[in-house]
Amino acid sequence: MTLATAAAQAPAGVRFRPAHVAWALLALAVLLTLLRPALPDGIVRPPEWLVWPISEGLNRFFDWLQNDVGFSVVTRGFAAAVGWLLDLASALLVPTRRGYPLPDVVCQNIGLCTGHAIPWTIFAITGFCVGTWLRSWKLGLLCGLTFVYLAVFGQWQWAMQTLSQVAVAVPLSVALGFVLGALAWRKQWFEQVLTPLLNLAQSVPHLSYLIPVVVFFGVGDHAGVIATVVFATPPMVRMTILGLRKVPPEVIESGQMCGATRWQVMRHARVPTARAEILVGVNQVIMQCLAMVVIASFIGSPGLGDKLLNYLQSLRIGSSIEIGVSIVLIAVMLDQLSRAWAEKQPVHWERGTPWHVRHRMLLVWSGLVIAALLATLAHDYAHEIPRRKAISTKDFWDAGVDHLLAWLSAPAAKVRDFLLLQVLTPIRDAFQYPPFLAVLAAVAAVGWAVGGARSALTVVLLIAFLAVSGWWDRSMITAYMVTVAVVLAVAIGLPVGVWASLPRPSRGSPGWWFNQAVRMLGILIVSAVGAAAVVFVLETVVPPTPAVEYSLFLAALAAIAYGIERYTRDVTRDRFLLFLCDTVQTFPSFIYLIPVIMLFQVNDVAAIAGVIIYGTVPMLRYTVEGMRGVPASLVEAAEMSGATRMQKLRTVSLPLALPTIMIGLNQTVMFSLMMVIIAAFIGTQDLGQEIMRAKALSDVGMSLVLGFCVAAMGLAVDHVATRWAAKRKKALGL
Amino acid sequence: MTLTTRSIAAAAIAALTCSAPALAQESTDPIVIPTHNWSSQVVMSHVVGQIFEEMGYTVEYVSTDSQAVYEAVRLGDVTLELEVWEGAFGVAFSEALEKGGIVDAGDHNAVTREEWWYPLYVEEVCPGLPDYQALNACADKFATPETAPKGRFLGGPVDWLKHDQERVEALNMDFVVVNAGSAAALWAELAAAEKEGRPIVLFNWTPNFIEALYPGKFVEFPPYEEGCKDDPAVGPNKEMTYDCGNPANGYLKKAAWDGMEEKWPAAYAALTKISFTNAQIAEMAKLVDIDEMEPEDAAAEWLEANEDVWKPWIE
Repeated sequence: MTLATAAAQAPAGVRFRPAHVAWALLALAVLLTLLRPALPDGIVRPPEWLVWPISEGLNRFFDWLQNDVGFSVVTRGFAAAVGWLLDLASALLVPTRRGYPLPDVVCQNIGLCTGHAIPWTIFAITGFCVGTWLRSWKLGLLCGLTFVYLAVFGQWQWAMQTLSQVAVAVPLSVALGFVLGALAWRKQWFEQVLTPLLNLAQSVPHLSYLIPVVVFFGVGDHAGVIATVVFATPPMVRMTILGLRKVPPEVIESGQMCGATRWQVMRHARVPTARAEILVGVNQVIMQCLAMVVIASFIGSPGLGDKLLNYLQSLRIGSSIEIGVSIVLIAVMLDQLSRAWAEKQPVHWERGTPWHVRHRMLLVWSGLVIAALLATLAHDYAHEIPRRKAISTKDFWDAGVDHLLAWLSAPAAKVRDFLLLQVLTPIRDAFQYPPFLAVLAAVAAVGWAVGGARSALTVVLLIAFLAVSGWWDRSMITAYMVTVAVVLAVAIGLPVGVWASLPRPSRGSPGWWFNQAVRMLGILIVSAVGAAAVVFVLETVVPPTPAVEYSLFLAALAAIAYGIERYTRDVTRDRFLLFLCDTVQTFPSFIYLIPVIMLFQVNDVAAIAGVIIYGTVPMLRYTVEGMRGVPASLVEAAEMSGATRMQKLRTVSLPLALPTIMIGLNQTVMFSLMMVIIAAFIGTQDLGQEIMRAKALSDVGMSLVLGFCVAAMGLAVDHVATRWAAKRKKALGL
Repeated sequence: MTLTTRSIAAAAIAALTCSAPALAQESTDPIVIPTHNWSSQVVMSHVVGQIFEEMGYTVEYVSTDSQAVYEAVRLGDVTLELEVWEGAFGVAFSEALEKGGIVDAGDHNAVTREEWWYPLYVEEVCPGLPDYQALNACADKFATPETAPKGRFLGGPVDWLKHDQERVEALNMDFVVVNAGSAAALWAELAAAEKEGRPIVLFNWTPNFIEALYPGKFVEFPPYEEGCKDDPAVGPNKEMTYDCGNPANGYLKKAAWDGMEEKWPAAYAALTKISFTNAQIAEMAKLVDIDEMEPEDAAAEWLEANEDVWKPWIE
């Protein structure tokens, strides 16, 4: 299809050739595949002379770096510095960590080292006040309730461990990202060096750089923070470059006219003008840091991620879900706070406004904090709720998951057998059958069709790395799983995304009634689950009589349903969908891998199902974004010329949204590649499994080479998709 | 400055508490104990950590990968390792011993076993178990669509380096080995199979919390003999290796960083005396997995209930 469009698009004459070359390459690929039985082994699979000992080389290089150059002194010193920062952060949040990082004199004078953490009540109050001040009482309530949840559900200590790592990792990533971004913006050559490194850092799966981090920085929370920084910095760099580049020259000139030095122009003109982009970068950093919470615990970070893995290990799904909810709440809270901060404009007060009006929120906050401190004197629970006294809904979730599995197991078995035998196994064989030269030819054809010789060379070199690294067969299994997952994710995400962004049907029309019915059903289900959880929690505190329990359930149901109905009345489908995307994206993927195994057993169906859940998110998101971005004037024009809804969609909205949707597809591929590696925890035979093996063997080189294989596939798809989308956008005049 | 205050404080503590002998010579750095992702090891680490704290040390816990930990012990990043399983980590441990930096700190009074295992209800559909030939005779009962007509054996993660595939070939069994990606994946399948009453045979080990949740038995393979894994002549199949089960009485060792004895002599002395039995290890796991306590609380409770066991180790 790509080929067809490219061919159709090419104007007669000059650009006629690329399509021909692409077709020729494709024909070569088909020919080679058909001739496979007659071909020599060296064409079917990478011959031995082609496979370079890259991982051995890398290992020797790292050995040399560590032992002969003494690089480990630097890395260990850096690790110690990060450790000191962590000590400092946890002295405020969780004083269970060893000692205090400050000299005794400082300790005694500022009361940092009393051995008491800041009471949870103060966090809740501060969250409420900051949220209200930055945006609205709704955000304030969200922040306050997040801390209440963490405290009341016994997650406090772990959450504070996680937060203390986030508190170190975020500023480090932001600072590093800003400095690198500013350098790249200033020096062309630096950007040219940095860009491929950024692409690599974002497409190498996190699991494969854990081992190098362990070797250079050791194990523990500092290692977790360093791995997190590697993962979280690239978006900050990108946003900094983007922001600084967008600063209009007028702003700079006016600064220079005032006689500002270069530093002053940077500090007072460039950075404030690029504020919005830089703050989006900060927001991205925060989200990336939280996405790493579970992964970082593989190399010794304590906190929510570590507990989550331990709970999953002993199959305590209910407890894991509670932790998952904690992570989502923290992520949503920090995401919203940082966005609100980015959007908040400075407030200007009229001259003569009294101090207490200008600082009303500060006064409210101080008052509440004093009240909270008094409360801690009255009762210990206002300071800390011990885990044993905390309430928990874990049995509720366990029972829920049990019911759901019992319900679904019979149909799931049918689906599994069908998919495995009729769909997946044939596709898998099909991916393994073609000679590797045929695959390269096909890849070159796609590259040529999209961007001519240059693109063809780029993608061929990337994919050839799979052959050269010696992991061709494993890579093809990864490719097959990702392809199936992406096709299914598009099949789900595209229609749902398009549906969600259709204009709202007018009130009273059949479509409107249908929407209302769906919405009410959804509200009813959610409130029933919520009410059951409320009753369950009450049961564990004071066992009520059945009659009381029944009426309690109904009351809770009515209250929750009313609340959701009121709150979501103005929420459009697309906004609701985006909310759902945010939740799924921050919910730790490890949790739903377990129920998926229980349904489908350990096999490719389970692994692909796990990948789809995660991979559909960007497809949905970008479809909604793309449809939103279609100029209303064009849709109106189509309407005026009498197009039906379907015609409008087919001939105007979809083609115009397609470039953005293609970016979504690209992101879906990237997400799926990351997730397919995590699916190794279910049990796969692809690169992910080998990365796990490299992790067990502490083999740095092998781990990195496998990571590069995944990155090579991701970068090739990325190249093709962005090229195509850019060309398309230009053609559409967007 | 801080150091002097610290050592003065340490000396004062030593002078005040007569039960901590000669602590002034000991390092005040924390002893770093690694924890892994199975509960008995986590609780045992906390038990030992709390014993060390009782002796006046500071202790820090860090969760690490159970294979990568030997590298960390060698480098001194973590101080010791409390559960060295012969079957799972024997290779990694002996490799680390060869490289140097790690010492063998003695055995626990426990035996470990890692083997093919089935939940008890499987005996109803497959009489003659736990013998492996009986298992092979009803291989079709364990078949799934993708393995049919052969049976399906759910092995542990490939990085545990078991040789199930070789064994299936050497003993000519009608089974396909499917590797789960993690222990959690093993238990998830077991839990689902048990609910449906579906026959299943999978990799398992003892001591392990799963024994308390799901009663079951190990499959009996030709007994392990020295050399069976390298020498084709040993074992029933004279042409192939791996024609035997895993050792039914594998060791469970403790390991330590080779600088530990010098840095924390009293703690090292205690470590060499520490020894837990299978029953004690199972009990620790039970406190967390069945009674759903947090590991540190479980360790405190165990210590309180078993003073007669651990007090002699620190005297």
